[in-house]
Amino acid sequence: MSAHNDSAHTEPESVDLSDPKLSRFEVYKEGLRRDDIEIIHYEPRFAKPGTKAEKRMERIVGGMFLFSGLFATAFVAAFIWWPWEYEGAATWRDPQTWYTPVLGATLGLSLLLFAAGVLTWAKKLLPIEELVQDRHDGGSSTEDRRIAEATVDGLVEDMGLRRRPFLVKAALLGAAPLGLAAVAPLGALLKDPGDMLTVTGWNAEKYNNGEPIRMMMRDGALVRPDMVSVGGQITVYPAIDHGATNQFPTAPVLLIHLRESDAAILRENLYPMYDEVDALWGNFVAYSKICTHVGCPTSLYEQQTQRLLCPCHQSQFNVVDNAAPIFGPATRHLPMLPMTVDDEGFFVATSDFLVPPGPAFWNRPSLPEEDEK
Amino acid sequence: MKRRKGTSDSLLTKAGGELDDRFKLAGPTRVLMNKVFPDHWSFLLGEIALFSFILLLLTGTFLALFFEPSMVEVTYNGAYVPLQGVEMSQAYASSLDISFEVRGGLIMRQMHHWATLLFMASILVHMLRIFFTGAFRAPRETNWMIGILLFWVGFFEGFFGYSLPDDGLSGTGLRIMEGMTQSVPFIGPWASAALFRGQFPGTDVISMIYIIHVFIFPLILLALITVHVGLVFAQKHTQWPGPGRTEHNVVGYRMFPNYVMKQVGFMLFIWGVVAAMGGLFQINPIWLFGPYEVSVVSSASQPDFYVMYLDGLIRLFPAWELRIPPYFTLPAVFWPAIAGMGLSVVLPLIYPALERRFTKDRGHHNLLQRPRDNPARTGLGVMVVVFWTIGTISGGNDVFAETFDISLNAMTWAGRIGIVVLPIIAYYLTYRICLGLQQHDREVLAHGLETGILMRDPDGRFYEVHQPLAEPDEHGHTELEYNGWVVPKKMNRVGALEPTEKGFFKPIEEPSQNGGAERRDEIESGRKH
Repeated sequence: MSAHNDSAHTEPESVDLSDPKLSRFEVYKEGLRRDDIEIIHYEPRFAKPGTKAEKRMERIVGGMFLFSGLFATAFVAAFIWWPWEYEGAATWRDPQTWYTPVLGATLGLSLLLFAAGVLTWAKKLLPIEELVQDRHDGGSSTEDRRIAEATVDGLVEDMGLRRRPFLVKAALLGAAPLGLAAVAPLGALLKDPGDMLTVTGWNAEKYNNGEPIRMMMRDGALVRPDMVSVGGQITVYPAIDHGATNQFPTAPVLLIHLRESDAAILRENLYPMYDEVDALWGNFVAYSKICTHVGCPTSLYEQQTQRLLCPCHQSQFNVVDNAAPIFGPATRHLPMLPMTVDDEGFFVATSDFLVPPGPAFWNRPSLPEEDEK
Repeated sequence: MKRRKGTSDSLLTKAGGELDDRFKLAGPTRVLMNKVFPDHWSFLLGEIALFSFILLLLTGTFLALFFEPSMVEVTYNGAYVPLQGVEMSQAYASSLDISFEVRGGLIMRQMHHWATLLFMASILVHMLRIFFTGAFRAPRETNWMIGILLFWVGFFEGFFGYSLPDDGLSGTGLRIMEGMTQSVPFIGPWASAALFRGQFPGTDVISMIYIIHVFIFPLILLALITVHVGLVFAQKHTQWPGPGRTEHNVVGYRMFPNYVMKQVGFMLFIWGVVAAMGGLFQINPIWLFGPYEVSVVSSASQPDFYVMYLDGLIRLFPAWELRIPPYFTLPAVFWPAIAGMGLSVVLPLIYPALERRFTKDRGHHNLLQRPRDNPARTGLGVMVVVFWTIGTISGGNDVFAETFDISLNAMTWAGRIGIVVLPIIAYYLTYRICLGLQQHDREVLAHGLETGILMRDPDGRFYEVHQPLAEPDEHGHTELEYNGWVVPKKMNRVGALEPTEKGFFKPIEEPSQNGGAERRDEIESGRKH
């Protein structure tokens, strides 16, 4: 094939395909013509075939393919034979440390080399070409549209959609419940939320036959006042079955042993509803650990500033002011768990939280006694 | 050699004949092979998403062979010593097994995650290209909308994907989603109870999102991608303006062999990059996070980057809760999370219709616009980019605060003020920059190029010599029309300097064999006029 710069901008004519003297290129060009394509520019990448430069390029591309195969083989070999089993703490000297990096490097290199080979072939060996094709943008011809209209009209007529309004209405009335029936089984997913957002694992009636629920650590150990040093805090759970697991996602409580001066400030600030039930015990206070924003644990306790911080969205709560929010997106205080120490010296909750802990929700009642101060 | 070649040729003809007898393929094959595609690097951004998606299907299938979507509690007894004896869900235990005890499992997991990030990132960048060049205009609004849906299905597909291992981080993500779901007016608590089959986290959510992640959403993605690519094919790709290019033609090269070879090469390239990243760069080391427990969280809990802007909005939004006593509450998180996400879905979906309405431009557009030629649209786009970027940075504001020793509260306030003020400033600046660039184009077309040659008049005035782009009139002005493509701004763009031959280590001195290459380049890109 030779350069065909001259063919641009002239309307090519149809050729007689039965003519045996046609060259392959002429037959091919007839195909382009039928697809409304014209060649603007076409020339081989190398003016003279078989030059040194062309051979060199072929060797480069071929080399890329061969090296790609080599790395792919290395990948398979490493996959099979490289020691891979994890045997605890390994250092960089141990070969199994390198298993994943070796797989990545060999597979990556193999793919990249094959990609480079294909791309170099396309960019350095394929002929240089530029073609222009008619876009035929826009809708169909008016003729086609008319025919389609007549066909659709025929369909409407055949079915009598206009003449039989009763059938149309009946079909719609029948189809609507049928559609409903199709999605109705999804209703099996629905579950009444019930009291799941308001009642927690500290509810004695529900989880402990009305006996006050003690506090425990994660390992089940019951909590005594001497286990928390002044200024310290621990996370405690209701001492019931699975009380420390995800089955009671709103139950975790932060038990803080305040310094005398801080406890005095808190007592002064105490909301009436907590004052009434005597929610503190000595200098101890227990706050729900579940952030009232969207429910992450507010687990960072800054002793110096008396703030609790939620690491998810940085809501901050003032420990000496009922854990009221003082910064960030949270709008409500962390509910306090009313508690005392029982006869045997263990912490017990005297009741469930007075207000629902955790993130607010649409039908969360706004209790008047929550209005701070 | 020669004989064998002849035989294979005739074999090919014979096979082709047999196929055509049965499937009548000759015509469609020709049309397909000859189809002309326009060429520009920016047309390949969407392909990155396509090729990552194929890789996601492959690596995901491997992972599904070993993953157990169950929240049944087991005691871990596997190879990873620090977690031995810890109670955890079956899902987390099998994710650890994939990382430690399945041959090649770790690289597959990491490739799957890296390919996801690449998938989402390339969708975003591709979307910016479509937006800023006006490629979404008629007749392609439908495909734009499909693209937006692809992003959002991909968004949740990715979120559900990193929720599956049931490690500490993924549980934290689900917990935040629970808080967001509960805030929806009327249906919130019920929707949350349906998602978790009762109280969060329950024991069913992993198997539910598993079937969504491995079946329902991939199916939707596959269907949408098929229609998306099919429409690009059927409607023919847009092209940049340039010599010989009109609204009614496509200038480029043929599907076979040129386009397909470049695509195959590009696909292998993307896969190679992901394979290397999966092997060499750690991502989401789930064994460090431990099983999810409601009372445990670590600082620097960040979602994947495409979710971060939403997390940032949640962090920035003030504590404004609407209370409707005595029964109802509209939590603060509703506005950034639910309303914000809703707007991020709806606004892009209806943008083409909005633009049509305001510009009253109802014509078909197959030629792309340079961003500078539509300052209002470009300004809006940059506005959204700035808004998104501030949201994303705020999604990691605790990490920024810690790394750069900035007060966390100052970061939050900077984000709150910045997200309101900076997009407006960005719009204004972009608008002015676009106008300036437009003006400079017109200036060069009227007065010519700056040559950098200073001349001094006999009376002592300095002036710069300009090279007109056409024969000037008596005032030295040229009447050239702006045609929507690149105006040359430098002398060597108009042939004042010979382009140097490129070599890898040193310039190759001898003239090349292909004198035609430069001429082709001129016609193709319009850059050199």
